[in-house]
Amino acid sequence: MTRLTWMYVVCVGVLVGITGLGLSACGEGQVQEQVIILGGMGPLTGRNSTFGQSTQQGIQLAESEINAQGGVLGKKVRIIFADTESRSDRAALAAGKLINEDKVVGIIGSVTSGESLGAAAQVQQARIPMLSPTSTNPKVTQQGDFIFRSCFNDTYQGRVIATYAARELKLTRAAILKDIGDDYSTGLADAIRAEFIRLGGQIVAEESYSGSEATYKTQLTKIADSKPEIIFTPIYYSAGVTIIRQARELGIMVPFMGGDGLHYDETITLGGKDVEGCYVVSHFINSDPDPKVQKFVADYRVKFSNEPNVLAALGYDAAKIMFAALQRAGTTEGTKLRDCLAQTTNYPGVTGMITFDAQRNAQKSAVVLTIHAGKFEMLKRIAPDPQ
Amino acid sequence: MAYYLQQTINALTTGSLYALLALGYTMVFGVLRLINFAHGEVCMVGAFVAAFVARAWNQAAGLAPTAEQTWVQAICGFLVAALACGLLGFTIERMAYRPLRKASKLSALITAISISLILQNLAQIQWRINGIQLFGPNGLAFPRIIGTSTPIVWLRDTCGISVVPLELLILGLTAGTLLLLWYIVRYTHMGQAMRAVSISYDAAALMGIPINRTISSTFILGSILAALGGCLYGMNNTKVEPLMGLIPGLKAFVAAVLGGIGNIPGAALGGFMLGIIETAVAAQQIGDVSLSPYRDAVAFVLLIVVLLIRPEGIFGRALPEKV
Repeated sequence: MTRLTWMYVVCVGVLVGITGLGLSACGEGQVQEQVIILGGMGPLTGRNSTFGQSTQQGIQLAESEINAQGGVLGKKVRIIFADTESRSDRAALAAGKLINEDKVVGIIGSVTSGESLGAAAQVQQARIPMLSPTSTNPKVTQQGDFIFRSCFNDTYQGRVIATYAARELKLTRAAILKDIGDDYSTGLADAIRAEFIRLGGQIVAEESYSGSEATYKTQLTKIADSKPEIIFTPIYYSAGVTIIRQARELGIMVPFMGGDGLHYDETITLGGKDVEGCYVVSHFINSDPDPKVQKFVADYRVKFSNEPNVLAALGYDAAKIMFAALQRAGTTEGTKLRDCLAQTTNYPGVTGMITFDAQRNAQKSAVVLTIHAGKFEMLKRIAPDPQ
Repeated sequence: MAYYLQQTINALTTGSLYALLALGYTMVFGVLRLINFAHGEVCMVGAFVAAFVARAWNQAAGLAPTAEQTWVQAICGFLVAALACGLLGFTIERMAYRPLRKASKLSALITAISISLILQNLAQIQWRINGIQLFGPNGLAFPRIIGTSTPIVWLRDTCGISVVPLELLILGLTAGTLLLLWYIVRYTHMGQAMRAVSISYDAAALMGIPINRTISSTFILGSILAALGGCLYGMNNTKVEPLMGLIPGLKAFVAAVLGGIGNIPGAALGGFMLGIIETAVAAQQIGDVSLSPYRDAVAFVLLIVVLLIRPEGIFGRALPEKV
């Protein structure tokens, strides 16, 4: 009897809950007239959760700023963020939810290239513009004419890395260590190799690993045997710091050079003195004296009480570019918004001047950083390729 | 020559780490016939706890949290981790596996996988004690022991190879653990009970062997081994992260199957074999092409081959199918 009573209570509770939710959803439906709903997506849980959370915070800062200024087209902006769980198949589901349930007019996302590739087909079919703040794999924007990116791609990033090593550091013998299971890593490695060889350099060893390993010393011992002057590591910091520390143990003292995947504070906190003198190519540095960067860093600190990283800055810029395009379009209609987004020219973002080319990729500058005395320091700003 | 010697050292270190974890897998399987997929995650928890002790101690001593730790700190860290993992292992068995002991093997297997997922995701929640991070989604530093990360000068000068004392520590502890475990299983009452339960669960119960206590102590022992494995793995990788147990857990499983699951020397041998084969493959070069991308593929193909030719593993006993 008591059991039955309990079941009854639970059933009633669930029913009341569902009705309550339904009511509140209807309520939101009515408010929809006064707000513009945009979608955001990225990995809030799973192995890349910190990437998604940083990007989301950048987007949230842009959202609260635009609403403080009165919103877009006379309406407030609301950004609904969907979790991709660090999986490309879930990214497609997240995009579906944003499009069909939340009725978003545009999507800012996703964060990693794999997720953006997973979501692209669905977004393209719904004819809603998607602007990825951070996906650097060239294939992302080739998925359709509604897919944009507001960061540079890996082809460009790889060229900057190889050019800096060959021209500025004047090195000719390089090794590559990449993660064979990661699109970002293999794509960036291809770009670095092609450009370094074109500039007359020689790749003396190319080794790989998959995901994470107990030790990377087997590959590093082979690399040491080929006597490179620099080791390119187009990988994320997580494996990166272990690789650099194990290399130092093997007596490999040459510098390492990687892309934006290494531009995290953890590279320094975990790598300690072993990462000193390494080079990193990235989008932005928060010690940039540019007043708009300093304003962004200060505002971010106030809102989230920590330092913005590169993903937060990219998310912030992407959201602002989307707002500007909405303003120019004067409507939330997908095709019109897409056309206005494509016309983005010389947008002054905190990560540099942003202009979209005909392939919907951002043409923008990169920065070359080095790690010195426990900090990232800017060595050079590299202008985008001439069109 | 130095190159091959260096690769041999690399192979043995990798093998030791696999072997330590494989021992835990094999013990639980031997007693319960359950593949405890949460073993890698228990190892992760152990690493997080030990790393926390080291960093908190450094902070209390007024040093940078990532500063190298002393031997005393490392031993205390391991003891706390062993305690935490022992408790965790006991809880997992008591709450998740014991209610399912009479259920089908598949239910227990699915539960093991969910425990592993639960631990992976719980460890991604920010958790601080006195402002010092215990768990969290970002990698956290695992301080090395003072003096264990500078190559031994003598070996560098005489053989031209770079060996850090940490690698010798890993090798030594693996060998020591293996001997200790062999002694426990062979010569103690608990070991005798474990062997009895492993031979026949029902007969052991009829003989008055306390089944529950035996299984609990097997789990606690296995979890302490996982804590040791986690500490060494974290120290070798200089960091801990929530998903660090996944791949080593899988590799250790392969090692345990290779050696004959349920067999203690077999698990250790399987671990070393896997380490040596992986390194041997990755160290090859055919012209301009490195074979390093194929190291996992070769390891898993080997597993399939062993399962085809000798399903009971290299050291395993063939068991007649029970109806």
